[in-house]
Amino acid sequence: MFDKNDLEKIKKEKQKWTKDCFNKAIKNHPERLNKFENLSGIEIKNLYAPDDIEKLNYINKSGFSGNYPFLRGVYPTMYRGRLWTMRQFSGFGSAEETNERYKYLLEHGETGLSVAFDYPTLYGYDTDDEWSRGEFGKCGVAISSLQDMEILFGGIPIDKVTTSMTINGPAAIVWGFYIAMAENRGISKKVIGGTIQNDILKEYIAQKSFIFPPEPSMRLIVDTFEYGSKHVPRWNTISISGYHIREAGSTAVQELAFTLGDGIEYVKWAIKRGLDIDSFAPRLSYFFNAHNDFFEEIAKYRAARRIWAREMKKLGAKKERSLLMRFHTQTAGCSLTAQQPEINIVRVTLQALAAVLGGTQSLHTNSMDEALALPSEKAVRIALRTQQVIAEESGVTNTIDPLGGSYYIEWLTDKMEEETYKYFDRVEKFGGVIPAIEKGFFQREIAEASYKYQKEIDENKRTFIGVNKYKMEEHIDIPILKMDEKGEHRQINRLKKLRKNRNNQKVEKNLNNLRKAAKGEENLMPYILSCVHSYATLGETCEILREVFGEYKEPAIY
Amino acid sequence: MAHKIRVLIAKPGLDGHDRGAKIVARALRDAGMEVIYTGLHQTANMIVEAAIQEDVDVIGLSLLSGAHMTLFIDVSDLLKKKEIDDILIVGGGIIPEEDVPKLKKAGISGVFGPGTPCEEIIDFIKKNVKR
Amino acid sequence: MNDISSKVLKGDPRAIARLITLAEDNNPIATKAMKKLHPHTGHAHVIGITGVMGSGKSTLISELTRIYRKKGKTVGILAIDPTSPFSGGALLGDRIRMMELAMDEGVFIRSLGTRGMLGGLASAVYDVVEIFDASGKDIIFVETVGVGQAEVDVIKIADTTLVIIVPGLGDSIQTLKAGIMEIADIYAVNKADRAGVNQTVAEVQSLVEITCSDKERKTPILETIAKEKKGIVELVDEIDKHKKLLEKTKKLEPHRRKRYQAELIEIIRKRLMNFVFDESTFKEKVEPLIDKIANKKLDPYTAAEEILSRILK
Repeated sequence: MFDKNDLEKIKKEKQKWTKDCFNKAIKNHPERLNKFENLSGIEIKNLYAPDDIEKLNYINKSGFSGNYPFLRGVYPTMYRGRLWTMRQFSGFGSAEETNERYKYLLEHGETGLSVAFDYPTLYGYDTDDEWSRGEFGKCGVAISSLQDMEILFGGIPIDKVTTSMTINGPAAIVWGFYIAMAENRGISKKVIGGTIQNDILKEYIAQKSFIFPPEPSMRLIVDTFEYGSKHVPRWNTISISGYHIREAGSTAVQELAFTLGDGIEYVKWAIKRGLDIDSFAPRLSYFFNAHNDFFEEIAKYRAARRIWAREMKKLGAKKERSLLMRFHTQTAGCSLTAQQPEINIVRVTLQALAAVLGGTQSLHTNSMDEALALPSEKAVRIALRTQQVIAEESGVTNTIDPLGGSYYIEWLTDKMEEETYKYFDRVEKFGGVIPAIEKGFFQREIAEASYKYQKEIDENKRTFIGVNKYKMEEHIDIPILKMDEKGEHRQINRLKKLRKNRNNQKVEKNLNNLRKAAKGEENLMPYILSCVHSYATLGETCEILREVFGEYKEPAIY
Repeated sequence: MAHKIRVLIAKPGLDGHDRGAKIVARALRDAGMEVIYTGLHQTANMIVEAAIQEDVDVIGLSLLSGAHMTLFIDVSDLLKKKEIDDILIVGGGIIPEEDVPKLKKAGISGVFGPGTPCEEIIDFIKKNVKR
Repeated sequence: MNDISSKVLKGDPRAIARLITLAEDNNPIATKAMKKLHPHTGHAHVIGITGVMGSGKSTLISELTRIYRKKGKTVGILAIDPTSPFSGGALLGDRIRMMELAMDEGVFIRSLGTRGMLGGLASAVYDVVEIFDASGKDIIFVETVGVGQAEVDVIKIADTTLVIIVPGLGDSIQTLKAGIMEIADIYAVNKADRAGVNQTVAEVQSLVEITCSDKERKTPILETIAKEKKGIVELVDEIDKHKKLLEKTKKLEPHRRKRYQAELIEIIRKRLMNFVFDESTFKEKVEPLIDKIANKKLDPYTAAEEILSRILK
């Protein structure tokens, strides 16, 4: 990218500077650390200069926004045309309570909805199942049937706002609830927009809310790709996630490599089914973490876009929309503290800024009380305002990919890409993603990384303000979210009534049809929708699939 | 021979966040204890059964889903019912300050929230083990 | 605590578990109880399971246990994992692989650390087997650490030794060379759906030909896929057949004598070591000697003779 002669001059000058200037300075005042490393263990130099990125070919490896390889952004106009969607992940208690919170957030300027479900729902259990004991509504909203979904979105214009649903094991069924709800309101499937997370591979690796074993889970996912591409064209049928892998303790490089590896695996499975890559690829989306090391995160997002574009081309994608990686970002929950929680606002701000400078399409900012409980109204409002300040006051959205061309950022982007391909090779040696999962490769890498990180904190080699530095004795005085205690009771009664008042013959017939289809090879979405429309519950529908597919047991890795 | 402290680390209920449980298991092992990790999705019955057979000195419960008031107390209640009083129960995860007194009253002697250094857990166990 | 042995005889799980702990700790209460329990042992079929890490020992034991339970037998499982030589701690990770058995009253699972003992077993293993036996367990599985080729001690304690191999885990020739392959009463080639199974079976067969050329019984080789519950019933039959054969040919008694001898030696060894190296005075007694050895003022043999002569006085 630079003139050869200029580069030679720069290199010479750099040597001179290092010898005469820098080394002299550190003789009297040594640097703060012996080695500066980012969170992935990559050593960071004192200063980056043109010679560090001499190999960068702007046309081939960077290009402009909206053009392959999309390093600088997936759309030509990026935030100058449209800001990222402000989409705060939320949900708790019963559908009524969460409906109120959604209305509050929309009122205060959020531009997209994001549903958090409680553990029983994530595992496909109804509220009155014995496994649901004590878990109702604690970490998300309880949705056991189409009726609950209808209450959840009561009075919300789902034809005008998009909804992301964080659901994996029973994703196809919960998506069914949403589609059926829309249809019951007279809103066409062709019009509704949103995302289901539906990324089972990362469940095996990190989040652990899997239900069925890999093969049938992948079958279900490809069913959703197929159904979505034909009938629900504005829906992202998967959000290939790195967030949880990072939260489980991986490094940024591991987050990048494992997530993209999962994405490539999904595409391969869909191709094996016979789907045309360009028919579903435009609706694949991603979900990354925004952690502490500001520049590392920015480089990560940029590298992700370039790697994905290249790999999709290799897999045969021809349409431009199949090559561009759209992603949602959430700031890192695991970086927040229970101590001096107001400081979390500062952490989240930096993390959110990194996501924006990295070109995210959609963003969730964590609330300051995350390490204590689910967000209170005040805390989530501040989190939303954080995004609004960045968007409307900071000026960073005035130009596209403002850090493009930074010697450090371009060097680090390349370096992360290089490290990612090393991981791709290692996974290949296992025979692919699923054999690597079964042998515990990812889980071991993550366990090692998380243990190392914790040791660094315990040994004060890594600062964690409020935890191992600048500690204080304090009485934490921020409002904690209180949930409606009658919610669970209400929900259980509602379920009882539902089971009594619906046409149970129809339900049984539909469940039987689902069972038959699950044993075969047909696309299961139409059968799931029939069950859903007849008000079969989540637990009842999931039970059929548990019966046919079995349950997954994870290898014991620590 | 000095008695080795035996610890059962368990994840009750549906919560799948096992990063902390695994780290604590390793840290306790590095501190010279024998650690049995039960894995995910344990009921109180399963936890207590394992604790009996392994004759542990400590049960460590990890929960980040908010269900601790029910699920932790299920375990301590079941131990009481079986008249087992020589096991130290400790817990960790996302547990608001205001819930801690109730948990302690129910028999969970130590509650270690986010940011607790592993050393603190190790010291607490060594000091408070009942045998 | 005098009634701990009577509680164990009744099968009380807490008493069983507590006595195991006391035995591991070399507590004199345990010694008293073990003395009372010994006359009540001899009924259980002790099955040793060994094989490298990743061969599926725990899953196989789970499946074997399921079948034995269906036959109405009670089962004790002793799972051994390595104790860290640095920290003295251990991650006992076999139980987690047997979670389906968790709530079966007829199954008792106990995890032990090797606590410094080599050979794949733990020092307290003889006590645990006797305790399980006396408490009425019909079947006792001893799952060794199985990390390498030196883990052959299991034959000292087991009536039937099962060696588990996996195709394609590499080093099949290595394993064949080492002693671990000669100790098998039964071979199980697990994960038999993997590539290379035929070759692995053939390699084992040729070894069997060599080692059993002058014996009456050719060690049987079975294929299993424990995860899919395949080949388990046949394996159980083979294990039962082996015990019946031992009884019929009156080889069980001499076999057990080997166990008792090993147990006796282990008890004596432990007591001697404790006596000589009583932890509280170890540093005082031995450190000065080691200083001299390091400075070449004394050699290890003379030092040992000094220590022993003090005891034997």
